[in-house]
Amino acid sequence: MADTRDIELTVNGESHAANVETRTSLGDFLRHGLGLTGTHMGCEHGVCGACTVMVDGEAVRSCLMLAVQANGQEVTTVEGLAEDDGTLNALQAAFWKHHGLQCGFCTPGMLTSLTAFLRDNPDPSERDVREAISGNICRCTGYQGIVDAALDAAKTMQKGS
Amino acid sequence: MAVRYLGAEVQRMEDPRLLTGHGRYVDDITMEGMLHAAFLRAPMAHAKIRSIDASRATALPGVHRVIAHADLGAKYSHRMNQLYPAPVIEQDKTQYPLAKDEVCYVGEAVAVVVADSRAIAEDALALIDVDYEALPAVVNIRTALDDDAPLAHADTTSNLMGKMRSSFGDIEDSFAKADHVFSAAFMQHRGGCHSMETRGVIARDDPWGDGLTLWTSAQSPYLIRRALATWLDESEERVRVIAPDVGGGFGPKAGFYPEEVAISLAARLMKCPVKWIEDRREHFVSTTTQRDQHWDLEVACTAEGKILGLRGKVTHENGAYVPYGILLPNSSLTPLPGAYSIPAIDVSVDIVFTNTVPNSPVRGAGRPCGIYAVERMVQVVSRELGIDPAEVRRRNYVRSDQMPYETGAKLRGGAPCIYDSGDYEALLEKALELSDYSSFKERQAAARAEGRYLGIGVSSCIEDTGMGPYEGTTVRVESSGKVAVRTGAASQGQGHHTMIAMIVAGNLGVKPEDILFESADTAKFSHGIGTIGSRVAANVGPSAHDAAFQVREKALKLAAEVLEASEADLDIEDGVVRVNGAPDLSISLGELAVQLTPMSAMRVPTGFDPVLEATSFDGSSGSPIACGSNVAEVEVDPGTGEVKVLRYSVAHDCGVMINPMVVRGQIVGGVVHGIGNALFERMIYDDQGQPLTMNYGEYLLPLASEMPRVDITHMETPSPLNSLGVKGAGEGGTIPAAAAIVAAIENALTDFGVVIDYYPVDPQMLTELIDAGAAQAAE
Repeated sequence: MADTRDIELTVNGESHAANVETRTSLGDFLRHGLGLTGTHMGCEHGVCGACTVMVDGEAVRSCLMLAVQANGQEVTTVEGLAEDDGTLNALQAAFWKHHGLQCGFCTPGMLTSLTAFLRDNPDPSERDVREAISGNICRCTGYQGIVDAALDAAKTMQKGS
Repeated sequence: MAVRYLGAEVQRMEDPRLLTGHGRYVDDITMEGMLHAAFLRAPMAHAKIRSIDASRATALPGVHRVIAHADLGAKYSHRMNQLYPAPVIEQDKTQYPLAKDEVCYVGEAVAVVVADSRAIAEDALALIDVDYEALPAVVNIRTALDDDAPLAHADTTSNLMGKMRSSFGDIEDSFAKADHVFSAAFMQHRGGCHSMETRGVIARDDPWGDGLTLWTSAQSPYLIRRALATWLDESEERVRVIAPDVGGGFGPKAGFYPEEVAISLAARLMKCPVKWIEDRREHFVSTTTQRDQHWDLEVACTAEGKILGLRGKVTHENGAYVPYGILLPNSSLTPLPGAYSIPAIDVSVDIVFTNTVPNSPVRGAGRPCGIYAVERMVQVVSRELGIDPAEVRRRNYVRSDQMPYETGAKLRGGAPCIYDSGDYEALLEKALELSDYSSFKERQAAARAEGRYLGIGVSSCIEDTGMGPYEGTTVRVESSGKVAVRTGAASQGQGHHTMIAMIVAGNLGVKPEDILFESADTAKFSHGIGTIGSRVAANVGPSAHDAAFQVREKALKLAAEVLEASEADLDIEDGVVRVNGAPDLSISLGELAVQLTPMSAMRVPTGFDPVLEATSFDGSSGSPIACGSNVAEVEVDPGTGEVKVLRYSVAHDCGVMINPMVVRGQIVGGVVHGIGNALFERMIYDDQGQPLTMNYGEYLLPLASEMPRVDITHMETPSPLNSLGVKGAGEGGTIPAAAAIVAAIENALTDFGVVIDYYPVDPQMLTELIDAGAAQAAE
């Protein structure tokens, strides 16, 4: 029989209790256990960053973390980033404005990685942003729109705070 | 009539959904009773299969079935279709959906496990016992045609798949009268797809209902429908193929794969939906890819650097099977002579089998290879004659007053390659200006004084885009006034929804957000071709434009009757037809649509066909030729061989731009893909055909931290070949990039006499060349 554990965790502000296989990654659990398919599995070996979510505020690769390790923690996925009224937040709006996405597959990981980064680095340089997303691979955009979006979002967020 | 959105930087309609995690990619789709599949793949590059024993796997709890070739039955025992048959294919080897008795590359599908979950299916793979008899493998294209080379297939006598040649002009005369003949040989290596979404398929078979439905991460759903129906010997009408959101395509998702057949058959056998999602390791070994081409060329030129002829031989690696005909070698030859007026060319290609994953186009197909070859030879002329690389180009371009210019080469399908429009020299000047080319020598000298090595490289390209025959669009106004727009073209992130909404909304007088866009579902539109070769804007653009125009005409004609006004006095704005000068007289498009879609016992107005809709297949009447000039500025550390791309400047002409923001995105993304080709992406096999680079720690993709900011300037020379004047923009960034980077590296290392004959250029190779150059200088 499969080895399972009971876990409780909060995802995008909502609490969940589940019985999960110990080998199930957090990413697979979010996608297939909770139906939150916004988190994407790109390489499943921790390099491409598409599956990045925030666990207790830190950007984490959900393909390299087991669901059971998230027991008792607070997880934020791309579905939890928009404003309370459903409108795009400053970073999402900046991605839209600067054509920071094409196919959209890496986008959730870019957004979650940059959300954590911009919180800790509110006034980054272009080089800082490029280093910050060097663990997120995008095959479509050449990164320029993403970098421009992050820099613009940082400005907007500073004005807003 | 003004097309109001054409040329505007409209933010993409696709984005809010994708930015909030509400995309719908294949793996996001789930169905009642769905089972999950995993493929057992060949562990060796060439072997006979003696036996397969799946009893241990089948016994694993949660496993429903293990399917191998022998389990498919006589009806399904044949090889995959050849998608693009061609007379020059001498050995037309396609694979079986599941290998029969021989495997010819590591990764070839051997069996498929169907289980309750993907994890259980993967567990079961380790429990299938296959008895292989290893056979010698052929890997190196340079020796694959030698008499003693191992054979890629046990039942053949040669590794030659076929031969091709592009030949025009009087090549003997060109070389006879040349002041100089220079030669160069070089290897080109292009990596794989590496879309961030891997491939994936869901099949559902409902013989008493909808028939067979496939959700697949693909660029060409109609090609898959036809190939699958043909393979199954069933009606196309009973096969539906849907490409939902697709997370990048880049060429390898444009084909028809064994997994699409095998998962369809698994769904049929299991009588329930079956899903397979490729993992990244599988992507490295089973998704088709480009790989090696070896070029050996001679260029004939005058003392002033005017090129008179180009001749030579290419060896093209085909991989183990021929799923895709001769697209790659063909599209490698078509771009010769590049942006230049070269009177004579004679280049032949040997296409050879190796025991590696089969070939398919990757962004640009063979065009980056063909253009790289021409640009290298221009570089050789520049170096040998001591003429500035930009000046050699000026002396050789096809001039704008020569347009339309017939090169002598043939496009796919045999039509002559004709450059329709463009000003290549003016484009170069724009690129040089953008890159501060004229002051580079000062920057280089200043850096050199600090011990830093800077180099600059120039590259120009043409790109045949918009390949026909068509990509149609239907526009239909519904009762709410919303406008349903359907096309067959699948999107993998290019922003088709936005582009088409802009065109239709502008023509029809509605808001782009009132467009309900659907695409890439074979049940929703009669026929489509595919999203390949930068062809969608130049084909769907005109058909959307025309269909919307027809609907507008019909709406105005009907409104004129209803409002008792002259058509000439009517205009449509925000979905309402108004009479100019009589603001109270109006009728909405929705109300007009209702008149043409009545309920029972009502009547359709006399003289009107039912339904406020039109379908158009208007496209481009030839291949619009886009063009570009790129300038790369790099710094090389001679101690470590590290290359930094400091600046990258692009002057690009893709005709009229529908949405410049989207065009910029295509160019920057394409350039970065090309820089990846030039510096990073290398799929390495050992001499037994074992792939050695199967994760992103070993196979390097370009990262944000290594990429430069790409500066872009445009020219807009309208193409005369379609109603919008557009040319394709999807691959023009990639095509010239490797040549610009390699030339820049050589320029930086002139002191060491470094000449590069292989890309990707890695630090180890560079340090060896630098050391060799330094040793020679010391002698």
